[in-house]
Amino acid sequence: MASRAGPAAGRGMNTRFAQFKLVLLGESAVGKSSIVLRFVKDQFDSYRESTIGAAFLTQTISLDENTTVKFEIWDTAGQERYKSLAPMYYRNANCAVVVYDITQSASLDKAKAWVKELQRQANENIIIALAGNKLDLVNEQPDKRAVPTAEAEAYANEAGLLFFETSAKTAENVQELFTAIAKKLPLDQVGPRHTRPGQRPGGVSLGPAEGRDTQAGGACSC
Amino acid sequence: MEEISPKYDVIVLGTGLTECILSGVLSVKGKKVLHIDRNDHYGGEAASVNIEALFKTYGNYTKGEEPWKKYGRANDWNIDLVPKLLMSSGQLTNILVSTDVTRYLEFKQVAGSFVQQGTGPKATVAKVPSDAGEALKSPLMGIFEKRRMKSFIEWVGTFDLKDPSTHKGLDMSRNTMKEVYDKFGLEAGTRDFIGHAMALYLDDSYVDTPGKAPDAIERIRLYGNSVARYGKSPYIYPLYGLGELPQGFARLSAIYGGTYMLNTSVDEVLHEGSKAVGIKATMGGADSPEKIQFETKADMILGDPSYFPGKVKVVGHVLKAICILKHPLAGTNDSDSCQLIIPQSQVGRKNDIYIACVSSAHNVCPKGYYIAIVSTIAETTSNHHLELQPGLDRLGKIEEQFMGAPIPLYEPIDDGRADNIFISKSYDATSHFETTTDDVKDIYYRATGEELKVEGLRDVQVAEQ
Repeated sequence: MASRAGPAAGRGMNTRFAQFKLVLLGESAVGKSSIVLRFVKDQFDSYRESTIGAAFLTQTISLDENTTVKFEIWDTAGQERYKSLAPMYYRNANCAVVVYDITQSASLDKAKAWVKELQRQANENIIIALAGNKLDLVNEQPDKRAVPTAEAEAYANEAGLLFFETSAKTAENVQELFTAIAKKLPLDQVGPRHTRPGQRPGGVSLGPAEGRDTQAGGACSC
Repeated sequence: MEEISPKYDVIVLGTGLTECILSGVLSVKGKKVLHIDRNDHYGGEAASVNIEALFKTYGNYTKGEEPWKKYGRANDWNIDLVPKLLMSSGQLTNILVSTDVTRYLEFKQVAGSFVQQGTGPKATVAKVPSDAGEALKSPLMGIFEKRRMKSFIEWVGTFDLKDPSTHKGLDMSRNTMKEVYDKFGLEAGTRDFIGHAMALYLDDSYVDTPGKAPDAIERIRLYGNSVARYGKSPYIYPLYGLGELPQGFARLSAIYGGTYMLNTSVDEVLHEGSKAVGIKATMGGADSPEKIQFETKADMILGDPSYFPGKVKVVGHVLKAICILKHPLAGTNDSDSCQLIIPQSQVGRKNDIYIACVSSAHNVCPKGYYIAIVSTIAETTSNHHLELQPGLDRLGKIEEQFMGAPIPLYEPIDDGRADNIFISKSYDATSHFETTTDDVKDIYYRATGEELKVEGLRDVQVAEQ
């Protein structure tokens, strides 16, 4: 099955490269984008406005010498605010990070609702991680904690989710979160379910530069 | 719940494709957009729905039964409500590329484009020839006609409106397409498939209209260029159905700051004098526990006809039958997808009958199924199923057929400049989106006073990143 494991699969004898779509969910202002910004650019901005301006971000993780996982990370672009996420958002998502704020107990309830929504809308074998963010606030002032670790962890275990408490601000557990997801992805069975345009047989790539590249793949059936 | 801003640059009502493209483009250009739909899903009239929703929309089943259950998982179905395909080299493709909305979508070719000649049991179905080489092989024409067609197609390729030496001695501002056809000595049947299956005119009014020849030639070229781009047919189609298109542009809009509210009804359009200045609306549908009422202002309001019933007129009716099949269309070489055009003259009508067929190859239904939509413009006031019959006859055994009342086509009465309300047109009977993108450009011009140049949009985006 190695031939299906992504575009760069043939580079070395034992190297594996696979790309996966990851979607973010959670209430507004729990730090979804901040976690991604930390993971992708190793940056943090306290006064970051609501999400604007990126179709999706990508970041790769090397699990070992031979295995590279590339995440294509989709942000909600604010469409979760008034419950207006499109089915397109969930379509072909391989994994999801559902974020809540450990200083706001209501945000865990929202997270649980998003998990339900994922189970309804996304692939049935999607890998979901629950992330309790803003750990830095609690480390500074323990009385700010509104969601006990044990409570969230118990829920995550029961629902079959990966679970981490994270801080996008200090980077605590952010890399660990994505690495854990990468390890759980089905690298051996298939490559990316969300292949880029043109990689699918008969698919066409509309971009002006790469437009002609797929001709061979698309026009061979006659 | 985050607060709704007291003022936007633009409020857009309805999430059909026209509205979503406009919303996306305006957001990229820096406008603050609030985009509302009364439904709980994107797409409005241009949505793709699952098979359970389709049964419920048409209501063609006995209460208490659940006929959709025999068609597998409802969510494996994405059935278009508007039967259209994208021209590979058309305007919508340009807009998709220049806005990078292609990042969210995957396209596949439509496997073939066919035309019917004759009627009844003697009818034949053949591929529409797209270039001179195909013309020579086409069963649609006799040996001498093939050569005439070949020279016509070659001439279309070299035609230059600005260069009279390529005009064959005709005056392009005055002569008709009939005179062009006469010049090449083309037979009636050939004119039929050129005009209807290549230029994609819905009726024959283009033939005798003076000065219409350049438009016809341009359309034939668009057809040829679109076929040349990927091969098999001039059309491409998004995986998971056309409903992905509005969603893609809505995401573009959201990424550039557009605010989205589904399930939100407009209670009142607020006016100051003759100008619309805002809306009162309620978020939360009939079954939602919390409703939020709000009021907000905007410089202008865009929307589809359903939001402004008093400001639109009916310009025609489309007839449409959505059919579920378990086999490809006969005569199409088992194509997994195709367009089949039955020119009006072949079946004694004034308007063509279109069949658009897609299948599991485009992830719109489970394996083994085909979705064929037969459509035409209504010419009578009753017995509409008879008008579609020549198209339905081409489908063979139909597992399930969904056909409602004739669908009214709306257009705005006014251009919107007087009241700041800019209304789109309904999705018409053409088989592609060229008229939709014309409408987008027209609304953009009416609303902003500027021409919409899609080519520069990518640069705007790159500059901001």
